[in-house]
Amino acid sequence: MQAFTQLTGITAPLDRANVDTDMIIPKQFLKSIKRSGFGPNLFDELRYLDEGQPDQDSSKRPINPNFVLNFPRYKGAKILLARDNFGCGSSREHAPWALLDFGISCIIAPSFADIFYNNCFKNGVLPITLLNEQIDQLFADTQATSGFELTVDLKDGVISGSSAGDIAFSIDSFRRHCLLNGLDDIGLTLEQTSSIQRYEQKRRQQAPWLFAD
Amino acid sequence: MASKTLYDKLWDAHLVKQQDDGSCLIYIDRHLLHEVTSPQAFEGLRIAGRKPWRIDTNLATPDHNVPTTFNERAIGVDGIEDPVSKIQVVTLGDNCDEFGITEFKMQDERQGIVHVVGPEQGATLPGMTVVCGDSHTATHGAMGALAHGIGTSEVEHVLATQCLIQKKSQNMLVRVDGDLGEGITSKDVVLAIIGVIGTAGGTGYAIEFGGKVFEDMTMEGRMTVCNMAIEAGARVGMVAVDQTTIDYVEGRPFSPKGENWDLAVAAWQDLHSDADAEFDHVVVLDGAAIAPQVTWGTSPEMVLPVFANVPNPAKEKDDVKASGITRALEYMGLVADQAITDIHLDRVFIGSCTNSRIEDLRAAAAVVEGHQVAKTLKQALVVPGSGLVKAQAEAEGLHTIFTDAGLEWREPGCSMCLAMNADKLGAGEHCASTSNRNFEGRQGFGGRTHLVSPAMAAAAAIAGHFVDVRTFNL
Repeated sequence: MQAFTQLTGITAPLDRANVDTDMIIPKQFLKSIKRSGFGPNLFDELRYLDEGQPDQDSSKRPINPNFVLNFPRYKGAKILLARDNFGCGSSREHAPWALLDFGISCIIAPSFADIFYNNCFKNGVLPITLLNEQIDQLFADTQATSGFELTVDLKDGVISGSSAGDIAFSIDSFRRHCLLNGLDDIGLTLEQTSSIQRYEQKRRQQAPWLFAD
Repeated sequence: MASKTLYDKLWDAHLVKQQDDGSCLIYIDRHLLHEVTSPQAFEGLRIAGRKPWRIDTNLATPDHNVPTTFNERAIGVDGIEDPVSKIQVVTLGDNCDEFGITEFKMQDERQGIVHVVGPEQGATLPGMTVVCGDSHTATHGAMGALAHGIGTSEVEHVLATQCLIQKKSQNMLVRVDGDLGEGITSKDVVLAIIGVIGTAGGTGYAIEFGGKVFEDMTMEGRMTVCNMAIEAGARVGMVAVDQTTIDYVEGRPFSPKGENWDLAVAAWQDLHSDADAEFDHVVVLDGAAIAPQVTWGTSPEMVLPVFANVPNPAKEKDDVKASGITRALEYMGLVADQAITDIHLDRVFIGSCTNSRIEDLRAAAAVVEGHQVAKTLKQALVVPGSGLVKAQAEAEGLHTIFTDAGLEWREPGCSMCLAMNADKLGAGEHCASTSNRNFEGRQGFGGRTHLVSPAMAAAAAIAGHFVDVRTFNL
């Protein structure tokens, strides 16, 4: 996994609550058996005026000029500002894959859906939870300044660049450690092989019906 | 000993190790797989040269993008017309064959929606931890199991280590007291709950559904309720084990037998929250007050009783909510204060992991029997949840009741719930659907979904618009 330490980038505001993972990457693109190539179809139904199909050249499709990521001032955005319950619905990991493939590796919102939040950390995407007042301030900042940029520093837990000054954020220590170092969860868990085997032995005694072999 | 909730008990029984930083390694007893969220996980195993930790805990079946027409299914995977869907179904088969994982392939009578197949086979049992790369895995919590959806990286993690790195959720009790009125189903109960706590109300919580309404409910009804816990934001939904649970599990193909059965039943007696267990949050509803529910908007929390009018954003004080209502009404093609019974339908879908079990099909058949689908409808689909549900329905003659009334009787799969196969809505079409999500575009680009119970969908199919099923046949 790609490590996340510090990121500076244009911040795009997506001003709606309950953005679901069907919206982030619609179902017809889940038929891929790869992890990459989802970027052109991120927010497909909001971003384009026609219905997208897999394996289509999206550069030739009609663009929705009213969708925020199509505004010239947010071109090249690396940070997405969002509202409550971002990433709700389906567990599809294609959602963080699409964001990352598009170039967004940090999302700032008042709250996230559990499964999406968890999936982000497996892919080097940093979801940051802030208070509603702080989010409102950042939305105002993006409106006030064209090409508004933020710098997110995971090591220090600070977002800088807002007109209201630095904003502190916190991330669970294990997830922060893995993200800072780009660690592979599976490798870490396999270091606990003897603990897992001891658990299985005990469980086999207590609940033999769970061990059919 | 301190009193525990059901969730606490299930968590503690599966805790392999708690790290100094508070993260926990949790053991997984059952891993269900389907074709959409597993290919990248198998690929990850191959690249890293890893093998599955414990083959016998895995069970796979293709469901999301299998076709449901008889003709496409008749000759197996070669009959799948969409080449991209076909690759995924074939890839699941190849991966299961390569790693030695049991798979109910598309032609197998036991194939079906993974959340219908698991309980039906006794593959998901009380006291288990159950995961699957699908957010509706909470369905299996109806068995008194700790069940939740995971992403593809975690699918790979479970395959490789039989564990997940987790952080414990908080405990929420949703208690529905009293008795349900005539014609009110488990779907109405869960939609009413989501209407009260909201689509993010359960975020960070494991929900236990308790109270007389759930004690009286059948296992299939409990599955419908737990299935939609994620629509209230909770990854986990569950119901305590009782005699109803044990009677359901007994004698199924994967259920324990002989001496193991006796041991299991004895252990399952403890799978309930202690009487004085404390919950972080408690929500109480009155079962008698629940009416048939219909969603009008683009989030499951946008739900009202069938006799209500859709909301008016001008009456909403919260700006973010008001703009949400405005946007939803516009997408849904509705006007503020319009009566729900004035919503006219283009299609009806009866199926999905929420409502495609035999009791759902019986309820829908009972409503349509002797009637004809409204002439204004373009299509009414009935898609059974598994090959075994289909066989049972046909043995009871339900399929002829449906086809005589003008509904289509299909092969099992997820179908129009998420429209990954050919079953989908056209732009602007309204659908009465027994599925679980009314998100924009969920059932097809520009499609407009209204979530309802099987009986309400059936009544709407006959009337051509929403009607109160309680007075439908009077």
